[in-house]
Amino acid sequence: MKATHASARQLGLVSCPDCHLLSRMKKTSAHEAAYCSRCGRELQQRKPNSIMRTWALVIAAMVFYIPANLLPMTITSALGSVSTDTIMSGVIYFIHSGSWEIALVIFTASVFIPFLKFVILIYLLLSVQFKSIRRPKDRTRFYRFTEAVGRWSMLDIYVVTILVALVKLGFLADIEAGPAAIYFAAVVVTTMIAAESFDPRLIWDVVEDRS
Amino acid sequence: MHQIACHECDLIHDIPSMPDRAAAVCVRCGCVMFRAQKDSIDRTLAWTFAGLVLYAVVVSFPFLAIKNGPIGNETGLLTGIEFLYRQGIIPLAVLVLLTCILMPLIQMLGLLYIFIPLKLNVRVKYAIPVFRLFKHIKPWSMMEIYMLGILVSIVKLGKMATIVPGLAVIAFGLLIFVLNFALSAVDEHMVWENLEGDL
Repeated sequence: MKATHASARQLGLVSCPDCHLLSRMKKTSAHEAAYCSRCGRELQQRKPNSIMRTWALVIAAMVFYIPANLLPMTITSALGSVSTDTIMSGVIYFIHSGSWEIALVIFTASVFIPFLKFVILIYLLLSVQFKSIRRPKDRTRFYRFTEAVGRWSMLDIYVVTILVALVKLGFLADIEAGPAAIYFAAVVVTTMIAAESFDPRLIWDVVEDRS
Repeated sequence: MHQIACHECDLIHDIPSMPDRAAAVCVRCGCVMFRAQKDSIDRTLAWTFAGLVLYAVVVSFPFLAIKNGPIGNETGLLTGIEFLYRQGIIPLAVLVLLTCILMPLIQMLGLLYIFIPLKLNVRVKYAIPVFRLFKHIKPWSMMEIYMLGILVSIVKLGKMATIVPGLAVIAFGLLIFVLNFALSAVDEHMVWENLEGDL
């Protein structure tokens, strides 16, 4: 495999986002759209409004992240006493009961990964907006990482779903999903869409234009 | 030989005909652009059929059973989702239903819809939109994360009751692997080339 020394954009080509066919980008008017000749997908040089859309979704996700961590994830009532559990109190429960591996898994998936995604996405957005040319390869790697790990945050939602079924049917207690669950699901969904809206090729566009 | 642009950094590469299972890696950003597959059609179909058999087991057999002294009860894959729904948190119930139960099924049916006609060398309507959909739902199919959720739940309740994994859990665990084998046998480039002109 041989690489040329130019990007599709520099050669006036555009790669189809779905089937990856290269087409010549015809100079069309602003209202006219170009379509891939192989699969019919609308062609755009870069994901539309990538920066603004990603910012909006990251900010929305950060807003959801607050109630997701402060409000209870589960509400349990047994023998007349009601107890609520947040994500962190669940983690602490596992540390005290001796299963620190599980505590680590939940903490990583629910607290650390969403936080890390915010940091990485904001760093990538700012680096593109401020036209940074530093370490483009590492930044692309960071992007790939955020895209790959984001889904694992769904873990706690699934744990709640499974616990609700088992605890109720085992007559251990009465348990319900708390208000944090829905905010938490919103964090996962918005950060996943945010990662998908960001176009890593923007990182390289800056590098090409500067050199 | 054809040219493609890396989808993560846009650099153009000349791709010669590649040996089977070789990966084309972008020289600039290091991303895997695609992987050539051997016997893509046959392998994809075989794993997908195996996956559908396992899926049938997953939805029809008991999932987890809980024993608390004399009391015992079985849960199905849908039980938790049903409780969330009844509690009124419908978006959450829908999200879990989609990501763990419907998406894997849609993926497998989508693969059959694309690959059976490819195998028989016939053309079908809507193959391009179906393959596009298949590509886009991939990150939303989250069975392996659900499996980890099962493990966490078992540890959490282990001190209060006995949890017995049912046949469906074993099938679910196998399905994760089988579906992944099916997905990795798909040669996207080959599929798009074959679907060309189906518009």
